[in-house]
Amino acid sequence: MDAAAPLLEVEDLEVEFRTRQGTARVLDGVALSLQPGRTLGIVGESGCGKSMTALSIMRLVPVPPGRIGAGAVRLKGEDLLQASEKRMREVRGKDISMIFQEPMTSLNPVYSIGDQIAETVRLHEGLSRRDSLDRAIEMLKAVHIPAAERRVREFPHQMSGGMRQRVMIAMALACRPSVLIADEPTTALDVTVQAQVFDLLKELQEKTGTAIILISHDMGAIAEMADRVMVMYAGRIVEEAATDEILESPKHPYTRGLIACVPHMEEEPPPERGALTEIPGVVPALTDLGSGCSFAPRCDHATDLCRSRAPGPFAVGADHRAACWLYDEAGAA
Amino acid sequence: MTGAETQGGGADYLLDVRDLKVHFRLPRRNVLTPGGTVHAVDGISYRVRRGSTFGIVGESGSGKTTAALAAMRLVPVTGGSIRLDGVEMTVLGGDALREMRRKIQIVFQDPYSSLNPRMRAGAIVREPMDLMDVGDPAERDLRVAELFDRVGLRPEQAALFPHQFSGGQRQRIGVARALATQPELIVCDEPVSALDVAIQAQILNLLRELQEGFGLTYLFISHDLGVVQYICDDIAVMYLGEIVEQSDRVSLFTLPLHPYTWALISAVPSARRRTGGQDGRVRLQGDPPNPIDPPPGCRFAPRCPFAVDRCHREKPALREVRAGHLVSCHLVGDDCVPPHAAVAGAC
Ligand SMILES: Nc1ncnc2c1ncn2[C@@H]1O[C@H](COP(=O)(O)OP(=O)(O)OP(=O)(O)O)[C@@H](O)[C@H]1O
Ligand SMILES: Nc1ncnc2c1ncn2[C@@H]1O[C@H](COP(=O)(O)OP(=O)(O)OP(=O)(O)O)[C@@H](O)[C@H]1O
Ligand code: SF4
Ligand code: SF4
Ligand SMILES: [Mg+2]
Ligand SMILES: [Mg+2]
Repeated sequence: MDAAAPLLEVEDLEVEFRTRQGTARVLDGVALSLQPGRTLGIVGESGCGKSMTALSIMRLVPVPPGRIGAGAVRLKGEDLLQASEKRMREVRGKDISMIFQEPMTSLNPVYSIGDQIAETVRLHEGLSRRDSLDRAIEMLKAVHIPAAERRVREFPHQMSGGMRQRVMIAMALACRPSVLIADEPTTALDVTVQAQVFDLLKELQEKTGTAIILISHDMGAIAEMADRVMVMYAGRIVEEAATDEILESPKHPYTRGLIACVPHMEEEPPPERGALTEIPGVVPALTDLGSGCSFAPRCDHATDLCRSRAPGPFAVGADHRAACWLYDEAGAA
Repeated sequence: MTGAETQGGGADYLLDVRDLKVHFRLPRRNVLTPGGTVHAVDGISYRVRRGSTFGIVGESGSGKTTAALAAMRLVPVTGGSIRLDGVEMTVLGGDALREMRRKIQIVFQDPYSSLNPRMRAGAIVREPMDLMDVGDPAERDLRVAELFDRVGLRPEQAALFPHQFSGGQRQRIGVARALATQPELIVCDEPVSALDVAIQAQILNLLRELQEGFGLTYLFISHDLGVVQYICDDIAVMYLGEIVEQSDRVSLFTLPLHPYTWALISAVPSARRRTGGQDGRVRLQGDPPNPIDPPPGCRFAPRCPFAVDRCHREKPALREVRAGHLVSCHLVGDDCVPPHAAVAGAC
């Protein structure tokens, strides 16, 4: 089904940060591929490199202290890591746009929301003032902001959190980008509003065919939105597969823990409750990752091999890969 | 100070709140704009059984935190009664209030900002004992070491500063501090919301273990229904300062009666329901309204898909429709059939 050439392809991305504690290996061999109209979910604990993956694609990693050491980010075949800064300014907002966790940090408080959306459109498409304002109104309608003609003149602080998040989406989609990166787009919102935002993203994706990268720490949100899931741990992809496949048969011990440790809301809760499954310990410091599997200190199955050599990704099913020695065909397990 | 005034069918209620109101008067910004009144908590009643966990859920701004802070007398109470262990808290002052406050402690949401960055972890845990004059200094040191052990920290970590701990460890320090004065009731205000799911499970297990060990009672605030369902025995759903539904955990999720509760439950993204599509689900339109001078009638009416004329005029009373299951909605009949029954399918 995914036979067509990918829209976006990331290959073997390496990102490092120089810190006082030493060099932090923030991304190590991250690769992904995205088809038009599809949604890829990225999950993992805080600090595992989800946002950094997004920033690398947009080429917004702060350099220094950061450094993209290796890899490629191909958009319709063009390697963005080799593109000029001028070209990147065209790409951002037009081909790839991003919505962030906290809308207030990316909306400018002193301009009306209409001006902000129109500005993006003028910049990228060279539309007239009149036309770009019309586009802004059209976008506000598309994200279901009531009385868009009037609201277009309002300022961010006059809106609720849910509305601001919808304005962010309107702005991100105003130039009809082919890729939308949504980094924890609903974390700050109530569940009822979060559900509205997700419905909206799905609806707009159906209309425009935009491909979405959804970053979240919430497996439930990913399950609802994504076709494919990538699980990250300490800067690496530890497992990836179609969403149903990963939910039904997670392979990597970390993915299993991640799914098992969340108390799921049941429609008919059992009267008795046992203890929750825990993943013991904490994520390692990225400055001293050593050469073994970085999950080894928290893993029940860790062996000497795990502690000395990092496992490569192994095929564990149809289009399903896990980076764990348990699945080494050669029979290390 | 006796438990003699505890009421009701043999059950032992540690906290008994009646018709609690907390209103905040907003100052007038200029002569033209009238100052409003925020009806943050507007006449809620609930009782918490000793040794149990009572959950409060609801959207941002519905009054969850204010309701809990009022029980600790940390915000001015506009009206109503709060009995802790049979003692009326609203009229206490001075030493008597201080003594009662020892029995009730709080764990905050944000383990990053709720700990003083310049104090060592041991001193943070010890501070409430110092403030409330619990035991002598040697006993306090001993207790700090004991508490560190109980919450899964090593005693030598008492010498470290908050920034030297991970988020989950910091929340353990917060829990140890709350336990220091041997309270009976611990208010947990979104204690795991800021934590990664892996760490969240560790803290939830710890809270349950401590409850069993010390017979603690929790007032647990959260917007995460999965967490609430797991940890709470009884649950109140708040909307705009009022309790709209209340019941034990099994009954609430199996048979949600208030349309708002139903909407809340069906909005939770869930791996289990993945293939179910939109069946039996509802999307609320609009945003949560403003608690300044709320509308007459049912406060949920502006967003309720089932609202009829009467809802906009007349306020529904919270009433018991099944054993221990209370709801305030005009359209829930005595037969316990909620208005969403026709659409709800799986619910
Ligand atoms: N300016 C910086 N200097 C040093 N390290 C950095 C810097 N920015 C990010 N990092 C590190 O890069 C790693 C990856 O960060 P990233 O923001 O991608 O995490 P994340 O998965 O998005 O986490 P979260 O869920 O908390 O948003 C983290 O461990 C972080 O400490
Ligand atoms: N000191 C105060 N002065 C004025 N208004 C206040 C004050 N404290 C709270 N409020 C208002 O009272 C209402 C209830 O607030 P509260 O913090 O109890 O809500 P909550 O349910 O805990 O929300 P959240 O989920 O966001 O924590 C809100 O509208 C809030 O703005
Ligand atoms: S490689 Fe070894 S340590 Fe790493 S996850 Fe697999 S079994 Fe555990
Ligand atoms: S009383 Fe009316 S408006 Fe309120 S919840 Fe019931 S049906 Fe909806
Ligand atoms: Mg991030
Ligand atoms: Mg609160």
